Amino acid sequence: MKISGKVLKFGNNIDTDVILPGKYLVLTNPKELAKHAMEGLDKDFSKKAEKGVVIVAGENFGCGSSREHAPIALKNAGVKAIIAKSFARIFYRNAINIGLPVLECEDAFEKIEENDEVSIDLSVGEIIDKTKNLTFKFIPLPPFLLDILTRGGLIKKLKN
Amino acid sequence: MNLTEKILAKASNLKDVHSGEIVNAKIDYAMVHDLTAPLTIDAFNEIGIKKVWDPNKIIVIFDHCVPASFIEAAELHKKVRSFVKTQGIKNFFDVGQGGICHQVMVEKGFVKPGEVIVGADSHTCTYGALGAFATGIGSTDMAYVFATGELWFKVPKTIKVQASGKLQKFVTPKDLILHVIGKLGAGGANYMSLEFTGSTIKNISIDGRLTLCNMVVEAGAKSGIVPADEKTINYIKLRSKGKIDIQESDEDAVYDKILEVNCENLQPMIACPNSVDNVKPVSEVSGIEVNQVFIGSCTNGRIEDLRIAAQLLKNKKVNDKVRLIVIPASQEVYLQSLKEGLIEILVKAGAVIGNPNCGPCLGGHMGLLASEEVCVSTSNRNFIGRMGSTSAKIYLASPATAAASAIRGEIVDPRILEEE
Repeated sequence: MKISGKVLKFGNNIDTDVILPGKYLVLTNPKELAKHAMEGLDKDFSKKAEKGVVIVAGENFGCGSSREHAPIALKNAGVKAIIAKSFARIFYRNAINIGLPVLECEDAFEKIEENDEVSIDLSVGEIIDKTKNLTFKFIPLPPFLLDILTRGGLIKKLKN
Repeated sequence: MNLTEKILAKASNLKDVHSGEIVNAKIDYAMVHDLTAPLTIDAFNEIGIKKVWDPNKIIVIFDHCVPASFIEAAELHKKVRSFVKTQGIKNFFDVGQGGICHQVMVEKGFVKPGEVIVGADSHTCTYGALGAFATGIGSTDMAYVFATGELWFKVPKTIKVQASGKLQKFVTPKDLILHVIGKLGAGGANYMSLEFTGSTIKNISIDGRLTLCNMVVEAGAKSGIVPADEKTINYIKLRSKGKIDIQESDEDAVYDKILEVNCENLQPMIACPNSVDNVKPVSEVSGIEVNQVFIGSCTNGRIEDLRIAAQLLKNKKVNDKVRLIVIPASQEVYLQSLKEGLIEILVKAGAVIGNPNCGPCLGGHMGLLASEEVCVSTSNRNFIGRMGSTSAKIYLASPATAAASAIRGEIVDPRILEEE
């Protein structure tokens, strides 16, 4: 499974309240949720993400609430994948379950910058920063999680 | 094995499990609330199975937007009620029947030692206070549980929190857990479990233990656990029937880390904006002016929390500059505080009492913050925009610190107020 896009960069402990503020939890339509993605930090995020982006972030991305609205908002706003130093566990499971690739790579966070063009090979465990001509390795997901992602999420996998 | 490993081994029908292993565990109870049930229902319906695995093991509790705060919330409630009826789910707590989901789960006797419980809410970890393995999951995982009654888990590593010494007056379990989160950091226990032991924990009531386990997720933990003892048995006996299975960690159990806390010297603590691990002694930030104080939530809306607030507010007035919002965690807590005269004390002091629900904790309704405003809250998160405006500042503290700050109109150590 291969992904590519322009990078939007964030720091440590990006919580689910800034990813999708609590007042929007009454929404369930993914397109409506997408409009408010990252609204707590950047009101223009959904416009920036429209054409397809990769988020690169620091430690503990997605900490806080179990709201699946958060990864749904990001995915539908145009986020193709999230690279972080580490993830909060509920967000991590939720993202995979809805078919949004998440991967841990410390080195990538240190070196990749905002607006760099990156491509990711999930099965091999490789990120290429095309702007800087750098390659980063990461440990690929266990096969059963990769299988959920390639099928587009847990529900799609179950249906098959 | 440690206690968490033992519970997961039993639920997975394995003799022996250790941290890092992936197991498939049978679920004893699955809980959803009004904001996570709708996505769960959508995902469940998409799977294409008609009936849930066991309607008696699913618990549905309305608490986030109660009573319905917007038309959208009313529509979600309507959708969930219809699902509950179609599926024959009896354990349904509608508006006026329960209160905050995590309090209702323990009060109504669903939680027992050794059980595996999942909830579509991050604070599901609260139930570890009664010796269960409990953790928060998302709606798609929950739909999978609704369909199969099972879920995969990576067996977590465990940090042992060894707390000794007596907590001083007006130093509460909230101060202890804030101190622990400050030491571990916001992601310091990611994917891990926290096991609370030591003489301090033995002396802490069930209400206090619920506060401790409630907040482990703020250090990233998957679960928190207090080994069951006499206090646990006495609490559960009043609320449910059946055998209580008590287990302990083995003497040679493996821990990733041991965090020792001497509680004799522990002071009232406060988590400053905008991160739960930005923890300081209250005395270091005293004097900051406060616009709103919130006493409630799944962290600190229990009877002991309201007792300590009423003790400080008795025959006193809330400062003119402050709005004090008090929300009992459940109908049971509300009724008990009425019987004890606590509500009268709080109302006379100038507090507004809300019906049992999550209230302003997650910025839904009942006391949102304007730009630049400062709030002292007994809840669990002080993230940017959590309770309203993104420029509002939230300080997380104990009910004692919150009540004292409401009287003073500025952040204050409750021990100082008592001396005056």
